[in-house]
Amino acid sequence: MNQRLRVYAWEFPVRFTHWINVLCILTLSVTGFYIGAPFIHAYSSKQYIMGWMRFIHFTAAYVFLMSVIIRLYWAFAGNRYASWKIWFPFSSDRWRDLVNAVKFYLLISRKPPYAVGHTALAGLTYLIVFLLFIFEIVSGFALYSQAHSGALWTLLGGWLLGIMHVQTIRLFHHLVMYVLLVFAVLHVYIAWHLDTVEKNGLMGSIFGGYKFVTGKEWE
Amino acid sequence: MGHRENDHIDIVGRLLKRGVSRRDFMKFCTAMAATLALPAGFATKIAEALEKARKPSLVWLEFQDCAGDTESFLRANKPTVAEIVLDVLSVDYHETIMAPAGKQAEKSRDDVVKHQKGKYIAVVEGSIPTKDGGIYCCIGGRSALDIVREVCGNALATIAVGACAWDGGWPAADPNPTGAVGVKDAVRGITLINLPGCPMNVENLTATIVHYLTFGTFPATDSHGRPLFAYGERIHDHCERRAHFDAGQFVRQWGDEGHRKGWCLYEMGCKGPETYKNCPVIRWNEGTNWPVGSGHGCIGCAAPRFWDTMTPFYKRLPKVPGFGIESTADKIGAGLAAVTAAGIAVHGIARAVKGKPKEKETTE
Ligand code: HEM
Ligand code: SF4
Repeated sequence: MNQRLRVYAWEFPVRFTHWINVLCILTLSVTGFYIGAPFIHAYSSKQYIMGWMRFIHFTAAYVFLMSVIIRLYWAFAGNRYASWKIWFPFSSDRWRDLVNAVKFYLLISRKPPYAVGHTALAGLTYLIVFLLFIFEIVSGFALYSQAHSGALWTLLGGWLLGIMHVQTIRLFHHLVMYVLLVFAVLHVYIAWHLDTVEKNGLMGSIFGGYKFVTGKEWE
Repeated sequence: MGHRENDHIDIVGRLLKRGVSRRDFMKFCTAMAATLALPAGFATKIAEALEKARKPSLVWLEFQDCAGDTESFLRANKPTVAEIVLDVLSVDYHETIMAPAGKQAEKSRDDVVKHQKGKYIAVVEGSIPTKDGGIYCCIGGRSALDIVREVCGNALATIAVGACAWDGGWPAADPNPTGAVGVKDAVRGITLINLPGCPMNVENLTATIVHYLTFGTFPATDSHGRPLFAYGERIHDHCERRAHFDAGQFVRQWGDEGHRKGWCLYEMGCKGPETYKNCPVIRWNEGTNWPVGSGHGCIGCAAPRFWDTMTPFYKRLPKVPGFGIESTADKIGAGLAAVTAAGIAVHGIARAVKGKPKEKETTE
């Protein structure tokens, strides 16, 4: 606790895409929910509520796609905390960290999972989350390609229509929204929990990029 | 019924005798050009072709079906399309409408297959059971599978009408007790045009045959073997209620104000957004109306395995697999949210009770 080192963990592209993703997922969830169950009633046919909801959904979808592409690019171009390798905590060391982290969150163990970047459990979680992002994009563009035929949309998702029935795609596109929202809530709670336990500036780090390191990370 | 492959039909002469004027005939040709999405100029070409056409023989097979496509066929009545179609075609075998019965009827079919090999058109209605040697549908002592292979295998082309003949339709719906399949899976390597729908729309059957008589080829098809002119576009994109969809005006209950005003049926489970067919354009019963026009959502009857994939018909989304009948995606979502909230609450309380882990305790 005496010596605190400031480490620049989250580079700009990581923080930038993080916040873009937050905005996109919120926007896509609200508009997507409306598309699934239109909760606002129009009183005149001159209104364009569903039209706007879909327009916003599709615009946010493109922004989200770009953001995910940038982040994936940064998984190869960025620093070691951003690397794709953190998503695969399957070495024996990392695996032990993973088990310890689970114990910590279940309040079985009191030893918080220290790491400068992501802990093993976080890494694995983000792998799953990114796969879900990609699923939302592919399934979304599959639905989109029904009315917009073209090579681009076939490539982005239309091909899925050949494998899954469109209603199944729609159902999972809808269900994954809930999974992502649950993730978001847990994610914020856990970040706050860890921050109060480790006092490493975790909550602040996603704004400014810096985390504090006390040395325990290398134990 | 015999071998009349060389008969020229003098269609206009015959129609005149039946009180159908040349003008009506031209109207029919124009309607066909429109259905086929051809430029208006093609109406004359179609007229000329039909006037010169030789009467192709047609064998209509019925297997596990409800005769709905036959109904649709017989109700063809654009300036008596029925007469034109029936005059253009020589329907040599059709169990429901033919005069001969029993052995005689079987003979008419066998004659066509034998004497007009590779020249007649086979139309199949209904699915073909394959389980237990195909015993679930036998006609004249022969299994449907056997008949369809012989008749379609020797035909110039086969037109599978209705959902059942396409991919098994209703009989093939889960759990498919008879192992029903459509023609595409029963006979391989034949020229096959699929006109799915429950039932098929006779205008599309007529247009497909008119296309053949005019151009000598069958219309271009999609990856499911369905003609693009009829199945190339989405119902939702041509629906007259679409403006209400975009506006956000939805029917929420049968008979509510929106329903009386003709608003969009999306929330009542309309599957127009995922179904490809030309219903909103050609409509039904002489263009009188169509399901959505009369206030009922589309059930997606022209979509693959529609009975399994498009149900429940009155809900937007399918049931969630592995959960109870009543569970919808939103209920599961709400459940997930509740579990998360509870988890966080329990964790937070436990954390407070056990006390925050102290920095010191964690360093050893
Ligand atoms: C985090 C990401 C996303 C979430 C949470 C989300 C959520 C949703 C939801 C809940 C629906 C309604 C489904 C229903 O019940 O019918 C929907 C519809 C849809 N989404 Fe997404 N979506 C996301 C990303 C995307 C992306 C990237 C695309 C790409 C274009 C997309 C395209 C669509 C389309 C085309 C529809 C159907 C619209 C219609 O039928 O008019 N979505 N989305
Ligand atoms: S009624 Fe059905 S097809 Fe027509 S606009 Fe509404 S959802 Fe689309």
